[in-house]
Amino acid sequence: MTVQLSLKAVDKFYGPISKGVHAVKNINMDIHKGEIIALLGSSGCGKTSTLRMVAGFEDTSRGTITLAGREIHRLPPVKRNVAMAFEGYSLYPTVTVRENIAFALKAARLPEAEVAAKVTEVAEMLEITDILDRYPTSISGGQQQRASLARALVRDADLHLLDEPMGQLEPQLRTLLRGRIKHYIKERGLTAILVTHDQTEANAMADRIAVMEGGVLQQFASPEEIKEAPANLFTGTFVGEPPMNVFPATVTEAGGMIHLDLQGGLDLKYPVSEFSDPVRKAMVASRQIVLGVRPYAVHRSDQGAPAQVVANQWLGDQTHIAASFAGGAIVLVEHDFADVVLGQDIRVQLKPEDLHVFDAKTGQALSHGAELA
Amino acid sequence: METVNPIERVLRGVAITLVILFFMFPILWIVLMSFQTNETILRMPPSVVFTPTIENYQALITGKLETSAGILEIAFMKNLFNSFFLSTASVAIGLVLGVPAAYAFARLKFKGSEDIAFTLLSFRFAPPLLVLLPLTIYFQQLGLANTYGGLIWVYQLIVLPLILWIVRGYFEDIPADVEYAYRIAGHSWGATFRKIALPLAGPGIAAAALLAFIFAWNNFVFALVLASADKQPVTVGALAFVTASGIQYGQIAAGIVLSIAPTFALALYAQRYLVEGLSLGAVKG
Repeated sequence: MTVQLSLKAVDKFYGPISKGVHAVKNINMDIHKGEIIALLGSSGCGKTSTLRMVAGFEDTSRGTITLAGREIHRLPPVKRNVAMAFEGYSLYPTVTVRENIAFALKAARLPEAEVAAKVTEVAEMLEITDILDRYPTSISGGQQQRASLARALVRDADLHLLDEPMGQLEPQLRTLLRGRIKHYIKERGLTAILVTHDQTEANAMADRIAVMEGGVLQQFASPEEIKEAPANLFTGTFVGEPPMNVFPATVTEAGGMIHLDLQGGLDLKYPVSEFSDPVRKAMVASRQIVLGVRPYAVHRSDQGAPAQVVANQWLGDQTHIAASFAGGAIVLVEHDFADVVLGQDIRVQLKPEDLHVFDAKTGQALSHGAELA
Repeated sequence: METVNPIERVLRGVAITLVILFFMFPILWIVLMSFQTNETILRMPPSVVFTPTIENYQALITGKLETSAGILEIAFMKNLFNSFFLSTASVAIGLVLGVPAAYAFARLKFKGSEDIAFTLLSFRFAPPLLVLLPLTIYFQQLGLANTYGGLIWVYQLIVLPLILWIVRGYFEDIPADVEYAYRIAGHSWGATFRKIALPLAGPGIAAAALLAFIFAWNNFVFALVLASADKQPVTVGALAFVTASGIQYGQIAAGIVLSIAPTFALALYAQRYLVEGLSLGAVKG
C-alpha cells in the first residue's frame, strides 16, 4: 500500500512557539491511498487544527506534511489538491446549489457535459437532486450540509477532508448515507479523513480511527483494535457506548490468590491461575492500577460482588442497568428486558478475561484480558 | 405573533406622526421658503399661505442674483458640480484604498495591524481646525492649495477611516470558511477576494460609501480654507447669499433644497439595496 498522506512530527502553536497555545503535539501519521480515516475526539482536542493544517488554512508550526509524494505544508490551499466539506457548510450564498457543487470542477476547466454528469451523480447519491437549482439560503440545514458534502466529494482530489459531514442529518438519513458515502469513496479509490465525534459513524465508515485528546494522538488503529485493546485509559473510556466502567484498585498477591482492593472496601479475589503469567506479573509490579471493563462484559451472577441498582433503562433491544458498586457506579448491558427494580440488590461478576488493566500513574494499558498490551 | 389592540395602534400612529413632524418640519419649512420672496418669508406672523415663485431657483440656475444693490454673479451651479465631483472622487478613491485595506485588517492578523487600524481611525479625533493651519502652509508649499487633487486628498481624512472601519466589520462577519472553501476549490487569494468577499460585503460597502459620500458632501471647513471660489462646494458657496444688501433667505432655501437633493436621492435609491442586503443576512440565521 502506498502512503498518500504523511504527517511527520507535526506541531501547531497558536501564538509564538514556546509561548503560544500548543494545540497539536507531535503528530505522526501515515495514511494509505484509498483509506478512510476517522479523527475522533472531544471538542478542542486538536482534530480540527490538524485538519486545517492539512488543508492549508493554518500554518504548520513544526514538522512536515506530505501528500501524494509532494511536501505540501508550505503551499497555499489552492496548490494542495485537497477537497474539504466544512462543518458550517460554507456554501457560496450567491449561487445555486448546482453551481456550488460544480465550482471546483469548472475552475479545473472540465468539459461541461462531464461536470453535469458528475454533479448529477453525486446529487443522486446524497438525495439532493430536487434542490440543485435553489439557493443555499432557501434550503434546510440538512440539505445545506449535503450540498457542502457533495461539493467536496464531486472533486477528484488527492485527499478529501470531511469535517463533521453528517452532524445535521436526521438519524435514518445518516445511516443510509453513511453506507452510500463509504461506497462512493471506496469505489473511486479516494483517500478521506473524516472528523467526527459520533463513534458509530467512525466505526461504520473508517478503516482506521485516530483518537485525539489534548493535542496528542492517543491511538491510531482499526475500530476493532481500539475497542478490544485501547492503548490507554483515555481511549478506553472515550470509545465505546455506554463508556467502559473504570475502578481504581490496588493489586496484591497472597496465598495463591490475586486480591484487587477496590474503593469502598471491596476486595475482589481471583485464583492466580485465572490470569496469564505475564499479565499477573505486570499487575503486581504496577500495584496501583485502574480496572476497566466494558458494560456488555459485566454479568449478573450469584458468585459476583454486591451492587445496588440505581437506574434501569430498557432501550427496546437492550437494557442498561446502573448500579452502585465499589464506592462508585457500574453499568451493565443485557440483551433482554431485565426485570430489576430500583434499589434492588444484585451481584455482578467481573471475569479476568474481560478486564482491561491500566497503570494508575501513566494511564497506559498493561493488559487486555489474557494478553499484555 | 403578539396582538396589538386598536387603541394602542392609534396611539402608536400618533406618536410616530409627531416624531416625523418634529424632524421633517424644518425641511418642509425650507422647501416652502424656497418658493417665496424675502418679503413673504420675513413677514410677521409667518404664514403658509403665499403665492409661490420660482425666481429663487431661476437666480441659482442662471447664476444671476438680483439684489437691491444690483445684479450679483454667483457660481451656485459650479459649486454644486464641485460638491458632486469632490464627493464622488473622494468616495471612489476611498473605496479603492479602503476596501482592500479593510479586508486585510479583517482577515490577516499581522503584527501591529490593530495599531495601524486605530491610527487611521484616530485621524477623525483631531479637530479639523487644528489640522488646517499646518495643512494650509504645506499645501501652499506643495502647490496643492486650491486644486481638486489637494481637496480630494484632504477629504480622505473624512472618508477613508469611515469606509475602512465599517467595511472591516462586514468582512469580519463573512464566515472565513466560505472563503476557504473557494480557495481550496482551486482559486487564488485574489479571486476569492473578488468573487466571494466583495459580493458578500456588497451591502456593507454600499452603506459605507453612502455615509462617506454624505460626510464628504457636508464638509465645510476644509473646503472653506483650502479652496477658492472656483473649487468651492455648495456648503461654502452658500456664503455668497449673505450679501451687502442683506441675507437672501429665499435663495439660501432654494440652494439648500438643491444641495440636499442629490444625497437625498442617493440615500433613497441605495436604501432599497441596503434593506435587501440586510434581510438576506437575516434569512440565513
